[in-house]
Amino acid sequence: MADRYIEPDSPELRARWGNFAWTAENAEKAKDIVSRYPAGRQRSAVMPLLDLAQRQVGAELNTQGWLPIPVMEYIAAYLDMPVIRVVEVASFYTMYNIAPIGRFHVQVCGTTPCMLRGSDDLLETCKSRGMKKGHISEDGLWSFTEVECMGNCASAPMVQINDDNYEDLTSDRLNAVLDALARGETPKAGTQDPARHTVEPVGEPTNLVAMITENHDYRSEW
Amino acid sequence: MALLDKDRIFTNLYGYQPWNLKEAQARGAWDNTKALIERGRDAIIDEMKASGLRGRGGAGFPTGMKWSFMPKQPPLDQAGNPKPSFLVINADESEPGSCKDREIMRHDPHLLFEGALVAGFAMGARAAYIYIRGEYIREAETLFAAREEAYAAGLLGKNACGSGYDFDVFVHRGAGAYICGEETAMIESLEGKKGQPRLKPPFPAGAGLYGCPTTVNNVESIAVAPTILRRGAAWFSSFGRENNKGTKLFQISGHVNRPCVVEEEMSIPFSELIERHCGGIRGGKDNLLAVIPGGSSVPLVPAADMWDAPMDFDGLKAVGSGLGTAAVIVMDKSTDIVRAISRISYFYKHESCGQCTPCREGTGWMWRVMERLRTGNAEVEEIDMLQQVTKQVEGHTICALGDAAAWPIQGLIKHFRPELERRIADNVREAAE
Repeated sequence: MADRYIEPDSPELRARWGNFAWTAENAEKAKDIVSRYPAGRQRSAVMPLLDLAQRQVGAELNTQGWLPIPVMEYIAAYLDMPVIRVVEVASFYTMYNIAPIGRFHVQVCGTTPCMLRGSDDLLETCKSRGMKKGHISEDGLWSFTEVECMGNCASAPMVQINDDNYEDLTSDRLNAVLDALARGETPKAGTQDPARHTVEPVGEPTNLVAMITENHDYRSEW
Repeated sequence: MALLDKDRIFTNLYGYQPWNLKEAQARGAWDNTKALIERGRDAIIDEMKASGLRGRGGAGFPTGMKWSFMPKQPPLDQAGNPKPSFLVINADESEPGSCKDREIMRHDPHLLFEGALVAGFAMGARAAYIYIRGEYIREAETLFAAREEAYAAGLLGKNACGSGYDFDVFVHRGAGAYICGEETAMIESLEGKKGQPRLKPPFPAGAGLYGCPTTVNNVESIAVAPTILRRGAAWFSSFGRENNKGTKLFQISGHVNRPCVVEEEMSIPFSELIERHCGGIRGGKDNLLAVIPGGSSVPLVPAADMWDAPMDFDGLKAVGSGLGTAAVIVMDKSTDIVRAISRISYFYKHESCGQCTPCREGTGWMWRVMERLRTGNAEVEEIDMLQQVTKQVEGHTICALGDAAAWPIQGLIKHFRPELERRIADNVREAAE
């Protein structure tokens, strides 16, 4: 099982987050989310609502966001379910941060397909910039985690930072992305190989060549 | 014979063109879907059965047959009201090496939505839930947007496509648990719980999501359905060997010159797949060490057995492995093969849901022994002990994660035992010096 450490409840945490409530915009979103599930099955919405709450906390703190216990309690009350069931879900799924996190969550994929393509270099790059696994950097900018397969294996190695993937990385390309983020810029997401579009065989299109230039309809050739 | 572009189902695989409804329709999606539905439930299922399509999520169960397990008459709940049926689409693509469903969802989502309607109708489902893995954040955004387009155009929802059939599709995001790719864990997760697999029986077709009849299908299995119905079972089954029909998305990662995702016909020999689309093995054919041909959970195959093997369910079974999700992880001779497998063991340790003791404890134990074997800090007898423990985990857990953790190690011991022994001997010698 994944090692998970939950930020303990404390009077300070309660003072800071005890009054958590949806923003007007998120209240609308929460209602829409609950409506996706049959009546009486609102508990199904716990996962998307935890994500929404994490994002709201993140927006307040200018970080990726995390889930303090009082926020989980708010969701439990919102969905009329026991608090422990919410805590169970939040601690089971690794994308819920159950302890504070930095502005940018640098998640380097280290599973075998990325490892074969050089994820060791990426981990080394992060370390050489002073990042430490499971810690927030002193300036609050970076959190660093080695994660398991992110499903970008044909454009490995890759890093996910908050909502975006950066693929086909080398140490230099990762440094460029991290530098850009540190400067407050938004680097182009996806493959960082200038010659590549997405997951095609780079440099030598072996199939679907007609699609490159036009929205080709193959049906006339059936 | 190479698969021709005109016979590829996912023509926007690389996302050169927009995914939006207008462009997708120009490529042939949502083309008179009403007519497909008017063929009726039985005709659709018969056509799917005849096409020979086997599930694309890894297990390879015939898709048409799976659909036919859904009850014709809805079972009644305690109050005597008919229960709804559900289609759950497994988009929790998390098997290391797999990255095909992502391309479908971000570049051709309308094929998936159309397939959801056709499949949902064929099994009498009230609604479909697409369970997409949490890490596919941008891909989920595309799905939400494509869903809006389809609803706005009247293709989904009440009277979908003017067929008179009411059908809803919802997108549900996961949050980073590999185990939710297991169908009953996915159902648990959809119900708002920890993703821990259920015992079977009851099977989902009897009691699945919310206790209602449910079928769980992979994204690719669903997305190919409309094209199969349009072009006919005979067309689809003209590709691949007997019992292994159709076209398939292959994902090649690791030590090839050009890793890629590509749609090819089933049963294409490994060598042809690699030479045609991936620019060959890095350093040439002779530099190939081993291949994991179907995602991390299948045993590796050494180069000599792999080169001419047909890439299909039976062909890879014959070399002691499996097609799985057709995620081909290629390793050349520079690979530390023990580390490569040990890293997979770590993956399963990390992703074990903790429900069954043999898996929860066994995955951690196996990983720790693998790490010692990697450095040679072990006794030769421990190789046999490890083999024995994998046999005690395999088949003794509720779901297949225990098996998936055991098989890569068994493959390593079967094919690379001399390498393990060499490391131990080196370690002993170094200690003596």
